[in-house]
Amino acid sequence: MMNVEFRMMNYLRNGALILLAAFCFLPTAYGQLAVKGEMVYTMAGEPIANGVVLINDGKITAVGPSASVTIPANYRVVSAKVVTPGLIDAHTVIGLNGYLNQPHDQMALDGSASFQPELRATDAYNAQERLIETVRQYGVTTIHTGHQPGALASGQTMIAKTIGNTVDEATIVQTAMIAVTLGPGANASGRSPGTRAKQAAMLRAELIKAQENEAKTDKAKDLKSLIMARVIKREIPLLVTAEAAQDIMTALRIAKEFNIKIVLDGVSDAPIVMDEIKASGFPVIVHPTMARPGGDRANISLETASKLKAAGVPFALQSGFEGYVPKTRIVLFEAGMAAANGLGLRNALASITIDAAKLLGIDNRVGSIAVGKDADIAMYDGDPFEWVTHCTGVVINGKVVSEIVK
Amino acid sequence: MKRLILSLFAALVVATPAFSQAKPTAFINARIIPIVGAPIEQGILLVQNGKITAVGDARTVRLSADVTIVDMAGKTIMPGIVDTHSHIGGPAGADSTSPIQPDVRILDSVNVQASSIQRAQAGGITVANIMPGSGHLDSGQTLYLKLRDDAVKIDDLLIYDKAGKYMGGIKFANGTNPIRAGGGSFPGTRAKSAALVREVFIKAQEYKEKVAKAAGDKTKLPPRDLAMEALVEVLDQKRVVHFHTHRHDDIMTVLRLQKEFGFRLVLQHVSEAWKVADEIAKAKVPSSIIMIDSPGGKIETIDVDYKNGAALEKAGALVGFHTDDGITDSRWFLRSAGVAVRAGMSRDKALYGMTMAGAIMLDMQDRIGSLESGKDADFVILSGDPLSIYTHVEQTWVDGKKVFDRSRAEDRTFAAGGKGASDDGDAMAHDDGDEDGGNE
Repeated sequence: MMNVEFRMMNYLRNGALILLAAFCFLPTAYGQLAVKGEMVYTMAGEPIANGVVLINDGKITAVGPSASVTIPANYRVVSAKVVTPGLIDAHTVIGLNGYLNQPHDQMALDGSASFQPELRATDAYNAQERLIETVRQYGVTTIHTGHQPGALASGQTMIAKTIGNTVDEATIVQTAMIAVTLGPGANASGRSPGTRAKQAAMLRAELIKAQENEAKTDKAKDLKSLIMARVIKREIPLLVTAEAAQDIMTALRIAKEFNIKIVLDGVSDAPIVMDEIKASGFPVIVHPTMARPGGDRANISLETASKLKAAGVPFALQSGFEGYVPKTRIVLFEAGMAAANGLGLRNALASITIDAAKLLGIDNRVGSIAVGKDADIAMYDGDPFEWVTHCTGVVINGKVVSEIVK
Repeated sequence: MKRLILSLFAALVVATPAFSQAKPTAFINARIIPIVGAPIEQGILLVQNGKITAVGDARTVRLSADVTIVDMAGKTIMPGIVDTHSHIGGPAGADSTSPIQPDVRILDSVNVQASSIQRAQAGGITVANIMPGSGHLDSGQTLYLKLRDDAVKIDDLLIYDKAGKYMGGIKFANGTNPIRAGGGSFPGTRAKSAALVREVFIKAQEYKEKVAKAAGDKTKLPPRDLAMEALVEVLDQKRVVHFHTHRHDDIMTVLRLQKEFGFRLVLQHVSEAWKVADEIAKAKVPSSIIMIDSPGGKIETIDVDYKNGAALEKAGALVGFHTDDGITDSRWFLRSAGVAVRAGMSRDKALYGMTMAGAIMLDMQDRIGSLESGKDADFVILSGDPLSIYTHVEQTWVDGKKVFDRSRAEDRTFAAGGKGASDDGDAMAHDDGDEDGGNE
């Protein structure tokens, strides 16, 4: 009896495999897709009217006007008014922080110590978290996520696609940056740091320790030392959240002292120290356009992004960190608000596609619609930024992952 | 020909007057969205002595010789926006001593010089219902304010009813916010919350009865009780209950209480309205909804959805909006209508919800909410379509006086942000009145 059952199971399994194999060879099932758009914003050149994007095996194989790109007969065709690259949220905490906002699903900040660069985002990322689906439905296909602001060093960040059942399926960069905070948000209660100067002193001490360790032949191999070595060797940047002008200047000062790479984050006061930011050459992930004013964000402005653009500072937009309601912002809307406040449609779109990809060092794979890149596409039934426009479909790695109208 | 005459008038335009004047002012050539009635292209809005005296076009509006003409070609004019639930001005209501405090008046708490009020003007908001928080079953009396300019004291913003009393409602809440584990007199469960509200209304019924029986005889009157007096106003349908509620079962509890005690009611937030839209419509109770970008953030709002507006409209219920500032920002309150339309609400009902529906909920439908002759001259001048992200509020007018002008540097700062826009510390006023750290 057992044997019979066992054999039956085997037959079934083999049958399933054969079916699966057959399915794979069906042309429409394995990512042979044509995306047509009345306007295709490739972000790798001028927008294409009546454009076509061909996708095979998860990659973009052709892009151009419909007159010059022939859609093979066996391709599935999806159409939209406006087609853009899949959107990139340059800084979020979703996947680590969940939508319930209960202690059990808030994993982006450990309160036991002030400096913990060894904490890996990939050990906390819940690929099936509901907020990931939420942002994907608006066209977001790649997120730079990880530990939140709120400690001198809260941990690492990672880059993921907004699909996948497991962290491994989702991840495209395991360790992207180290999340560092300067300013009132970095102060801890009952331990250091408790002032801005102490924050800087502690950060310097950690960097000196890492420098000295790097100079040794018998290097310390604890987790903190290993990750700080990568910072000292300029392999990964510190993502320094700094809103007030003096905190931005501290970040630039320390980066210069230790010849490390940083990415400035937040920078509400950027207009006050724009020349210094520009001279540093470091890129900026600017605060969510609609972030609430107050505290060290007292001078926050809808026009910070457009001022960064005018100054020629490389930047990307973000949804950021939210502690309450809404639990996450939608970077599409944040970019739209920037577009409407001086940045304009093209630049705003760049700040959540190609410019974000360049800043994150993933522009070889994502950020524009170009041959050879991952087939990540967002589709809209109008200007993507208008409140009344809908996202009508999302493609990630050549697969249509959302067709709901949102 | 008439258009030619208007153009000639336009050529004589003087600087936009900032004050309401005895002389009439005509805003011409605008696209006017009166809310009541169809939009008017090349419309004329005539204003005098703080009131609207005519709305129409060159064929229907007669302009007197002394009229001041303001050319609004390319602009859109709509009624002043009504925010049915806001925390601008840093209001703080009930304290932590008990869960029901009807005697507490937000009147005694608002900082009328706060930057948050300036930012609300920048969003085109002309009337707001200032509420205490939701960490109590009843956190006190709310206040309806006109966001007039240069206010020094609260009296400068009050709105008076026909009986000469300043207007406002009362705030109630259910669900998890008022629940405090081991919180002394505070409820620990939903059923306890409802029981406490019932008890206090029964007490108010008894107080009312005693007052009635005394028939003016001072020796027979019960000792004066300000909390009871406020609740008697509620029982007498003179004071509207603004009830914070999220989950479908909590919404039903509010409707049940309303039926039991017959008070007038506005449902506030109603995050799961889409689950019980028919029940809300059947109860003929209006809803003031909030547009939140993503689900959750708190356990009661995991199913909040932009589609609440569409669902309530379809069910036939009256729908308005609120900012709950600082949960959402007064400066882009119009966005609420935009995303409601995105989720299926009709354009007309969404704009009605920003204006007239709010006026009805605040008992001011005869005075504000639409551009009609005889109503207060509260209006907003927009650079384009009210539902477009690219549109800016260019001017906000209250009682015929300009209170916001984007072309003025100071006002522009309140609209766009930057140095000085919020450095009085009133940016996060929302948290002030609520020990739970938030109201939404």
